[in-house]
Amino acid sequence: MKPFTVLETPACPLGLVNVDTDQLIPARFMQTPRSQGYGPFLLHDLRRDANGELRSDFPLNDPRYRDCAIMIARKNFGCGSSREAGVYVLVDQGITCVIAPSFGDIFASNSIKNGLLPARLSESEIEELLAEPTVVDGRPIRVDLANQKIIAGNRSFDFDIRADWKKQLINGWDDVDMTRSYAKDIEAFVAADGGSRPWAIPRSPR
Amino acid sequence: MTKDTKAQAPQTIIDKIWAAHTIVTREDGDCLLWVDRHFVHEGSHHGFAQLKARGAKVARPDLTFGMADHYVPTRAGAERQQPADTRRMIRQLQENTTLHGVTSFGEGHPRQGIAHVVAPEQGLTLPGLLIVCGDSHTSTHGALGAYAFGIGASEVAHVLMTQTIWQSRPKRLRLRIDGTLAPGLSAKDMALSIIAKIGTGFAQGYAIEYAGSAVSALSIEGRLTLCNLSIESGSRLGMVAPDDKTFEWIRGRPFAPQGHAFDAAIEDWRKLPSDADAEFDREMALDAAEIAPTVTWGTSPEHAAAITARIPDPANESVAAKAEAMREALDYMGLHAGMALTDVTVDRVFIGSCTNSRIEDLRAAAAVLAGRHAKVPGLVSPGSSTVKRQAEEEGLDRIFLDAGLEWGGAGCSMCVGMNGDVVPEGERCASTTNRNFKGRQGKGSRTHLMSPAMAAAAAVTGHLTDSRALLEGRKP
Ligand code: SF4
Repeated sequence: MKPFTVLETPACPLGLVNVDTDQLIPARFMQTPRSQGYGPFLLHDLRRDANGELRSDFPLNDPRYRDCAIMIARKNFGCGSSREAGVYVLVDQGITCVIAPSFGDIFASNSIKNGLLPARLSESEIEELLAEPTVVDGRPIRVDLANQKIIAGNRSFDFDIRADWKKQLINGWDDVDMTRSYAKDIEAFVAADGGSRPWAIPRSPR
Repeated sequence: MTKDTKAQAPQTIIDKIWAAHTIVTREDGDCLLWVDRHFVHEGSHHGFAQLKARGAKVARPDLTFGMADHYVPTRAGAERQQPADTRRMIRQLQENTTLHGVTSFGEGHPRQGIAHVVAPEQGLTLPGLLIVCGDSHTSTHGALGAYAFGIGASEVAHVLMTQTIWQSRPKRLRLRIDGTLAPGLSAKDMALSIIAKIGTGFAQGYAIEYAGSAVSALSIEGRLTLCNLSIESGSRLGMVAPDDKTFEWIRGRPFAPQGHAFDAAIEDWRKLPSDADAEFDREMALDAAEIAPTVTWGTSPEHAAAITARIPDPANESVAAKAEAMREALDYMGLHAGMALTDVTVDRVFIGSCTNSRIEDLRAAAAVLAGRHAKVPGLVSPGSSTVKRQAEEEGLDRIFLDAGLEWGGAGCSMCVGMNGDVVPEGERCASTTNRNFKGRQGKGSRTHLMSPAMAAAAAVTGHLTDSRALLEGRKP
């Protein structure tokens, strides 16, 4: 995974509340192999009108935010279904940071595994950021993970992120490699556990 | 339990299971946990693809089980109409599980069905186990006293490769529901009214233990429904401490320990419930007597109200963002504030999903439908092939068919529409599922969540209806 350091791009002021993963990617697209790229499915049904045409009044379709790698939303972003494809659509679209007051639990941990930073600001700071002319005009804002700062115009916000997630993003770490370094501990656990919980192994019915 | 808990401070059931599964505690407090059961479904193909990319093997095929549920056809003859992509999803699960020596209940298998229905019913879900699955409703298994939660695709790959998972310790919430549920009400009414009260974000970051006399009084099926909906209040897992009812329900199930081994297991399981003076991070108490038959009117499970109520007015909501979400929801649903919920007409019904497709759910729906005819079309999809056989032995299929409803096969079906069974655009569906999100049951579909009895009542009258009125004079 690519280490996450500093992002400096326009930010898409999505502004929606409770964007669940069904909205991030409607279920019907989830059969697609990832190799085809999930970007076009991002917020598919919200971005388009009844005829499947891109809605010009939807922030993501606005030319000002075309090159955004950052998105700003209201509370509970990524709630609902655990589908990791909710993160793939963002990452494949080039969005590697979402700023919101709160995130769905599973979405947030999925995002770390895919190098996407879920940055938390308070609800009032989000309102300020959404109204900030730099954001509205589609000029770049700066997300600095090491210092946990978002700089938009001459405003600066300190954002929240779990320390371990920050470390993982900055290092571009992969979970499996980390776990494998504990192979001995796992072996020892299994040896001790088997004796004490024999019922934990499923029986094989005829 | 593996650890001697006596010398320690009083513990909750959440702490006990956590401790028994901790392999390593990292500096930042995250723990590497041992996974006792891992269920994979068609959607787990991303995980298998990551495995392949690394040339890795499934670490513990004996603890991994395949369940075809999201994409399997649930209507007669639908298989032939399924697009090639859908067929590929079903086939891929079969190929991946075969390749790795994993037992799989694929399409057509006598044990096939929705993972969260099949695993408890087959005795794969047991008290004290740590269970994961790449599906957010894995919280369901907590009903038997298991620590069970949904994981993402990368985590699926991680569990496949290592049989472990990194987790940060959740905060602990005890939700007590005391008192007696009114006759004719079910665990679904309980769950929906809880979410309506506390909201969808309330339990975020918490593991919930449901306790209190009303929870103890629930059947195991009811507890499964209650725990299923934990995720809709923001929590990744909810659980009920195992008791004698739990043990008797599990006894004799195919994959559960048998005979002496089972009795020995019960001895261990009796140590699981929270110690009397264990501390929770948050406690909350609700009165079961206040619970009414509940339906949703909007596009979030928290948009729920008693069937006797009127649709609330966003103008009375003090939180601006919530009011806006309510307005959007009403607009999407084609409803307006002040309307009596019983005036909302429906176009079809769906009885099924991991929330409400167990035998007890089908019996509750059949009790309302017996001898009556449905005014709208509908699909009844049993949660598993086992439930389907049992329902047919009991003659429930006849009741549904005679009422004019379709009797389908086992799978997720119209809960999410991935197998092609969708609610047509603009149609309104009375549904026993767990999510009423925009487009959840198909593009432009409008979902009202409710219990099986309530969905059956809506089928009979063609509008949202208090099912109790249709049960008067019938034997419970
Ligand atoms: S029945 Fe619905 S909620 Fe349950 S696992 Fe299937 S799709 Fe998910």
